[in-house]
Amino acid sequence: MMDSLPPGAILLAGAVLLPLLRGRGQQVALVALPVLSFAHLWMLNPGTSLEINAFGCQLTLVHVDRLSFIWGIVFHIAAVVGALFALHVKDTLQHVSALLYVGSAIAAVFAGDLVTLFVYWELTAISSVFLIWASRNERAYRAGMRYLLVQVGSGVLLLSGIVLHYQATGSVDFRGPFFTSPDILSSFPFGEHALGPVLIFLAFGIKAAFPLLHNWLTDAYPEATPTGTVFLSAFTTKLAIYTLARSFPGVECLIWVGAVMTAFPIFFAVIENDLRRVLAYSLNNQLGFMVVGVGIGTALSLNGTVSHAFAHILYKSLLFMSMGAVLYRTGTVKGSELGGLYKSMPWTTGFCIIGAASISAFPLFSGFVTKSLIVTAVAEEHHIVVFLALLFASAGVFHHSGIKIPFFAFFAHDSGIRCKEAPWNMLLAMGITAALCILIGCFYAPLYDLLPFAKGADQTVVQLPMGSAAAPQTPYTGAHSPYTVDHVIPQFQLLMFSALAFTLLVRNGIYPPELASVNLDTDWAYRRAFPAAIARGRQTVGQLQQAGRLVFQALARQLLGAIRQLHGPTGALARTWSIEAMLTWSAVLLAAYLLLYYLS
Amino acid sequence: MNANKNHWLDDPGNVNKIVYALYICCALLLLPDFLPYKEHLHLPFEFWWGFHGFYGLIGCVLLVLAAKGMRVVLKREEDYYDG
Repeated sequence: MMDSLPPGAILLAGAVLLPLLRGRGQQVALVALPVLSFAHLWMLNPGTSLEINAFGCQLTLVHVDRLSFIWGIVFHIAAVVGALFALHVKDTLQHVSALLYVGSAIAAVFAGDLVTLFVYWELTAISSVFLIWASRNERAYRAGMRYLLVQVGSGVLLLSGIVLHYQATGSVDFRGPFFTSPDILSSFPFGEHALGPVLIFLAFGIKAAFPLLHNWLTDAYPEATPTGTVFLSAFTTKLAIYTLARSFPGVECLIWVGAVMTAFPIFFAVIENDLRRVLAYSLNNQLGFMVVGVGIGTALSLNGTVSHAFAHILYKSLLFMSMGAVLYRTGTVKGSELGGLYKSMPWTTGFCIIGAASISAFPLFSGFVTKSLIVTAVAEEHHIVVFLALLFASAGVFHHSGIKIPFFAFFAHDSGIRCKEAPWNMLLAMGITAALCILIGCFYAPLYDLLPFAKGADQTVVQLPMGSAAAPQTPYTGAHSPYTVDHVIPQFQLLMFSALAFTLLVRNGIYPPELASVNLDTDWAYRRAFPAAIARGRQTVGQLQQAGRLVFQALARQLLGAIRQLHGPTGALARTWSIEAMLTWSAVLLAAYLLLYYLS
Repeated sequence: MNANKNHWLDDPGNVNKIVYALYICCALLLLPDFLPYKEHLHLPFEFWWGFHGFYGLIGCVLLVLAAKGMRVVLKREEDYYDG
């Protein structure tokens, strides 16, 4: 019975029924539905279930393995804390769209074929945009439209890729690493039948916010409601990381794409004034680590990606929750307007610092035990440039997310804002998430036991069966524990010296102050350059049209003048001729004709 | 917490104490690098004395200087896109 219900279905059905409830009933349902869905996930049997045959395709609606299972767990945790955080909101639209969004993201993770994945992929896009529009202002409306266009564009690419892939292989299976057949992998993104996988890769890349495809994220997330951004931060991009990990492990270009992703957004984060946008940039930076892990493609790096996504969903939700609480209480999250809030919101400050310590990978916090798997895997493969990029990004993320966010929101100069502490439900949600961040950091073994990959007998990556503990077969027990002295001390050195850099720069007035401004990013291209180019193009066409019209009018005038000259009242051809002249000319023409006749 | 009363951090002297504590921490963290404690690292430069600390310091300073330079080119008024 349980296996005939796809994970997430409870949430999707609940979303439809939620508008029927009011007040306390709706609040209870909002939290109970993700909890029920979580319980349902635990009862699922491993393997494939719910197979149907549609349009000649074998569709697998549910496929449970270790990779989808761990993703299902963390998505459910994010759903529960997100619902708790949004409990005070009296806006049915937001609750319904959040449940639809979460339900479709969870269902997508368990999709066993590409068509099912596509359906839920699009549903996440369409349902999540309402979390942006729920801000109900012009900026949010416009940002939501841009977001929707990009997301649906990603879906169109995915569908095109699926069709081409089906034509080439006759299969839409999504259960295994389906592009990792050596002939396709070795020549990716070129080679025979590569167009389908390339389009699918690009579709995933848009949602994973690859460099230059990233701007929908930093554009739209900060415009969503204080609670909506918490949901948004957890699901869309991590769903994309999941699909990349399942379908493109070991694709080398991902290493470089990921390395650029880790470093590129932190420059923007340093000069950004909207603190939720700073978090969006650091989200992009953290995705870079996961993409590098997928690209390296070893058991250690892939497990690093999975575990880092797990930890990341929690600490990033926590950070967005703390900024959401600030926005809810003060009406702003601009660094230039905030400061000194630790006096009014001490609990929120504490939770934010825990989130900041986790994203910065401080020992004893979640980011440390997960990111170190990816960084170690990169070092093991001797990717020196990528390693240095990741190290730089690790220092940078501490700099802008670890220090800048708490410093400018809660400390720095006292802005004079005095407000109430966040509501109890927000504090509870932040408290649970903060506790999880510390628990994972201190007691990492249960998380490591859930990790899906191990090194096979022939050094290939294999996925462990469900139910078996990964730890004995994975390479980070014993000496590979993240808490060795030569992991902990260098990490402390990196972080404390980054803090030293921040302190020296701030105290010497070199650190760029928070200014009420926007910074141009790639969205400038489609928000300014393209519309300006189109406007210029229209202007040029208009001018050409005008010039053409003038030339045509002048020519027509000249022609009419000539005709008038010939055929007008005084024109040569309109003149009345005498019979005498006509006869003369007729005789001349006849004579000429006769002459020609005889000559020929 | 009473938001209007004077807090420990309101005293600049106390902020200085935190900064000095940071300086001391950084100095102390360099001491272990005189000992051969690095075993599980993979890349040669990771074994250099103080590598991680100075890489973080220089990296962050360059990051901020580069970002400041970017701001000159990229900064616009807050309502730049609203028109």
